[in-house]
Amino acid sequence: MNILEIRNLHASVDGIEILKGLDLTLPVGEVHAIMGPNGSGKSTLAFVLAGRDGYDVTEGEVIYRGKDLLELGIDERAQAGVFLALQYPVEIPGVANSVFLKAAVNAQLRARGEPELDAMDFLKRAKGFLAELEMDQEFLTRPINVGFSGGEKKRNEIFQMAMIEPTLAVLDETDSGLDIDALRIVADGVNRLRAADRAMLVITHYQRLLEHIVPDRVHVMADGRIVRSGGKELALELEEKGYAALNGEKSAA
Amino acid sequence: MSTPETIDEVRALTEADYKFGFVTELDQEIIPKGLNEDVVRLISAKKNEPAWMLDWRLESYAKWLGMQGEDPTWAKISHPPIDFQDIRYYAAPKSEDDGPKSLDEIDPEILATYEKLGIPLKEQEVLSGVAVDAVFDSVSVATTYKAKLAELGVIFCPFSEAVAEHPELVRKYLGAVVPQGDNFYACLNSAVFSDGSFVFIPEGVRCPMELSTYFRINAAETGQFERTLIIAAPGSYVSYLEGCTAPMRDKNQLHAAVVELIALEDAEIKYSTIQNWYPGDAEGVGGIYNFVTKRGACRGRNAKISWTQVETGAAITWKYPSVLLEAEGAVGEFYSVAVTNNYQQADTGTKMIHLAPNTTSTIISKGISAGRSQNTYRGLVRINPKAHNARNYTQCDSLLIGEECGGHTVPYIQVRNRSARVEHEASASKISDDQMFYCQSRGLGAEDAVSLIVNGFCKEVMKQLPMEFAVEAQKLLGISLEGSVG
Repeated sequence: MNILEIRNLHASVDGIEILKGLDLTLPVGEVHAIMGPNGSGKSTLAFVLAGRDGYDVTEGEVIYRGKDLLELGIDERAQAGVFLALQYPVEIPGVANSVFLKAAVNAQLRARGEPELDAMDFLKRAKGFLAELEMDQEFLTRPINVGFSGGEKKRNEIFQMAMIEPTLAVLDETDSGLDIDALRIVADGVNRLRAADRAMLVITHYQRLLEHIVPDRVHVMADGRIVRSGGKELALELEEKGYAALNGEKSAA
Repeated sequence: MSTPETIDEVRALTEADYKFGFVTELDQEIIPKGLNEDVVRLISAKKNEPAWMLDWRLESYAKWLGMQGEDPTWAKISHPPIDFQDIRYYAAPKSEDDGPKSLDEIDPEILATYEKLGIPLKEQEVLSGVAVDAVFDSVSVATTYKAKLAELGVIFCPFSEAVAEHPELVRKYLGAVVPQGDNFYACLNSAVFSDGSFVFIPEGVRCPMELSTYFRINAAETGQFERTLIIAAPGSYVSYLEGCTAPMRDKNQLHAAVVELIALEDAEIKYSTIQNWYPGDAEGVGGIYNFVTKRGACRGRNAKISWTQVETGAAITWKYPSVLLEAEGAVGEFYSVAVTNNYQQADTGTKMIHLAPNTTSTIISKGISAGRSQNTYRGLVRINPKAHNARNYTQCDSLLIGEECGGHTVPYIQVRNRSARVEHEASASKISDDQMFYCQSRGLGAEDAVSLIVNGFCKEVMKQLPMEFAVEAQKLLGISLEGSVG
């Protein structure tokens, strides 16, 4: 079964077409990487999947677990199990991480008709994941992302993902701005969440993340389309030859 | 209207088993609309007041007559002129005897209304540490836990009862902070005030529970003019909370209250308000005009007065809970959240008047405007020549939701002593699309997202509220902003 099927997806921002006929299939249980140069449309794809306003789908379809994803609102997609780890997580002053996350987790459980977590269950789970991500517990009481270092913000995204337990996780350049140690911690966190009933789309500019999160497949994106797909060795090839060579290859083809 | 006619009309109405079938159906005793000296006398007579109290009212009424045309116009609010002859100045649930002696004697309809409001009136709520003096329109109908408080010598009773039973205290302190002629609305209140709460905390006593009063306007076209007086004797402490609510009416109603606080040496008064008067409908029709004078005096060394307010209701809010820092080392605090939506208008803030050395004041104001509302912070910090080493810190933050609302900050800073240190910070921000997207992408609906962000914005103020009421206040913020997004 496929978690995600994207067919001929066209999307515009401010009237400018960014995605120009993108096709992608993500089977359940797999982790796929999307690589590509700046401006190729990787983040646009992530926002389109999450349903952000201003990202207008003009053509094509996105089928999530057999249903039309594009019909759903932002919160409905999240409630249906879609999670986006943001490249630039947002600061919300005065709102404690724990308050935010508990509200989010319970909104999702409620929408799915499942029993909500009480404070004790929530705290128990949260503390477990925090330990895995080598994060201090005082983190729960700190306001969302306010005064966080780049690494802390990214870890926070992975922590949220762990708590929310999505069916489809999209990680938008989660590795950017991370030093080697933080990268390893984040990658470990992601790897622990790999599961047979879950799929992940890991968007990255660099190959180094894929040394830690080994993908089942790698897709190369350029100018709003997937231009090549292959196994994990494709990432290494890109690292060697660079995106420019790839473009040359493509135009030669 | 001459006296006999007024009296006759009152009699006719009161004897005619008046059914007022809006929200709470119960027999009400009301008097005809309009204000004149007879009405003042009548209110006083209804309450069996002593002559000195009536004289004080009449004096106030005379002053008020002299103040016609002096209703304040400097605030950033607008409303049609108020016809003071079109208001009823007294309404009380009608009772057979002198009044209820216990909860059992209270009209079940009234109790049901309170229950809907979630007011903890029943005895079992003694566990939550709340003592309630419920003001139903004009007469306090129930006071709980009085016995327990009495053991400590704490007086917590309806104002009218204090007039009868503690005249020496009332005479000494009534008008001692807000004089009769202080301003137009306070003066009107002084003439026609109906009831309210009276609190006295004896020397060295730390009041063991939150004292709470719920004010509620039920009768249509009835102004509510309550009067509250709190006196904290040296070394004492009290935390007082008032909650306000009113049913929906399509006509504007006037609420002009006066609250006076007196903190003596080393005493502390913490006064919290959750104001949820009917704000009018989405088109701005109806709602309460909330024109209130609240002031406290730190009258002894190291006295402290702290105002916390969460203002979400009322069509128009005009209030400036203030502190007179009269003695050395006195501390004044003002923490405010004011939310306006639709066509609501709020012009609110504080006055911190530093009159003695080493006095400090803190002002934290959070204004949230949505819809087409206007929300103004107006605050005065005055450092008088004798106030050496006075300090003030002011922070005013505005949060705007949508494109058609207004948030304004009008600080007045008057420093007449060179050793003073006065800081003022202000900010204005909007809820960003990024924040909304972030919350929604985690599964929160748009309104839950706004509520969360707004509560975060107000956190410094909300944490000042007594625990029992913080949750209610948080919910109220969310409810007030319903429909402001999407």
